[in-house]
Amino acid sequence: MPDRQHTSKHYEQQLRELKDKLLLMSHKAELMIADSIRALVDRRPTLAEEVIGRDDEVDRLEIEIDNLCYQILALEQPVARDLRFIATALKIVKDLERIGDIAVNIAERAIELIQEPELKRLVDLPIMADAAQKILKESLDAFVNSDTELAEKVILNDNIVDHLYEQIFRELLTYMLEDPRSISRAIKLIFIAKHLERVGDHSANIAEMVVFLVRGQDIRHGTRLDRR
Amino acid sequence: MDPVKINVTETNFFYGPRQALYKVTLGIRPRSITALIGPSGCGKSTFLRSLNRMNDLIPGARLEGKVELDGQDIYSDSMDVILLRRRVGMIFQRSNPFPMSIYDNVAYGPRVNGLVKRRIQLDEIVEKTLRAAALWDEIADRLHRSAMSLSGGQQQRLCIARALAVQPEVLLMDEPASALDPISTAKIEELIYDLRKTYTIVIVTHNMQQAARVSDETGFFLSGRLVEFSETKQIFTAPRNRETEDYITGRFG
Repeated sequence: MPDRQHTSKHYEQQLRELKDKLLLMSHKAELMIADSIRALVDRRPTLAEEVIGRDDEVDRLEIEIDNLCYQILALEQPVARDLRFIATALKIVKDLERIGDIAVNIAERAIELIQEPELKRLVDLPIMADAAQKILKESLDAFVNSDTELAEKVILNDNIVDHLYEQIFRELLTYMLEDPRSISRAIKLIFIAKHLERVGDHSANIAEMVVFLVRGQDIRHGTRLDRR
Repeated sequence: MDPVKINVTETNFFYGPRQALYKVTLGIRPRSITALIGPSGCGKSTFLRSLNRMNDLIPGARLEGKVELDGQDIYSDSMDVILLRRRVGMIFQRSNPFPMSIYDNVAYGPRVNGLVKRRIQLDEIVEKTLRAAALWDEIADRLHRSAMSLSGGQQQRLCIARALAVQPEVLLMDEPASALDPISTAKIEELIYDLRKTYTIVIVTHNMQQAARVSDETGFFLSGRLVEFSETKQIFTAPRNRETEDYITGRFG
């Protein structure tokens, strides 16, 4: 958000409230992902249950943020950067909500996996989880600080997460080929890896919206609709 | 690409010792709507009025630089100012119909300019013009009533009709809807939008949403300088200049 304040204090306050809600929601979503992975790695079913329970708060924030956006659009008719901020809010709120859902999915798989003996010691999956969480955190930092350089880094680093997913997929495939009894657990671990890969994608989406917010430039899908 | 209709180059404007415009340069495309926005006293009305030499009437007013209409310098000695104002008409903030009938308001220009020979021809012009100004359907049955009996919005559309009746090429509008209710404003805006097909329109407005709704290009003035001149959709989604952004988002002053 620009440093200069609106002449209208009420408008300024509404935009601030919107930003605060987005920050709160992103903080909650980020924490849900971290805890869902911790629940899996440390084999803590109660933590996984807790993550599942927290999704309602994220969903509630999604609705609140949507409503606030519609209200500002209708009553303040934002333009320029304010308009791009509202458009960004409406889009990243969807990514954040999906990240919350992904954490729930990971937590559900974790609960199932904890009930069975460990297939193997998890090495690559925590590495992938760290990588996915890192770019999620960076995408949110980029949003908070209007940092387009960091946003562009996130978009590039999404590839690292994609590669880790392929690596984990191949490794778990060999387990399944060697021992059919491992299939159920291996598939669940592949699901989790896939979920983490999606976290990377949502982070990249958020990062793309940060570039749009700051520069008014759409860089999605490799397009560069440059301002003339 | 279209040639420009009005070309303004390095124009300074002075009210006596006070400079009101600084090195303004811009090109206005034909058959388009150009909106001029900016805070009070920024020079946008001065600029608008310099396009048909309305400022000539102010003592001590002086212009430097060049304003060309179809490539012809409108401030040159050879320019016929009366003819210029027929080609470049003006609509003001307060509707100012003449205290005569609706018909005579519209017929006034063609009559004094000797544009018509016969009554039937004049009838045609009046109807055609009132239709163009989106007023005909509302007043066709009372053409000979006083223009003062019309509502504010109708009066303003009558003034637009009166301006159109002398077949201008350019219409300058200074806050044409600021004294009207939202429905009348919407009608004026709809009219302006339609007129674009035939005329080149330059509109000064304090209403940013109006500029956003009706114009193709927008110029932002600040302290006598043209800060930014871009496509309207660019200005209102991603302006290039920080001052423009601060102004249109309401972070001004």
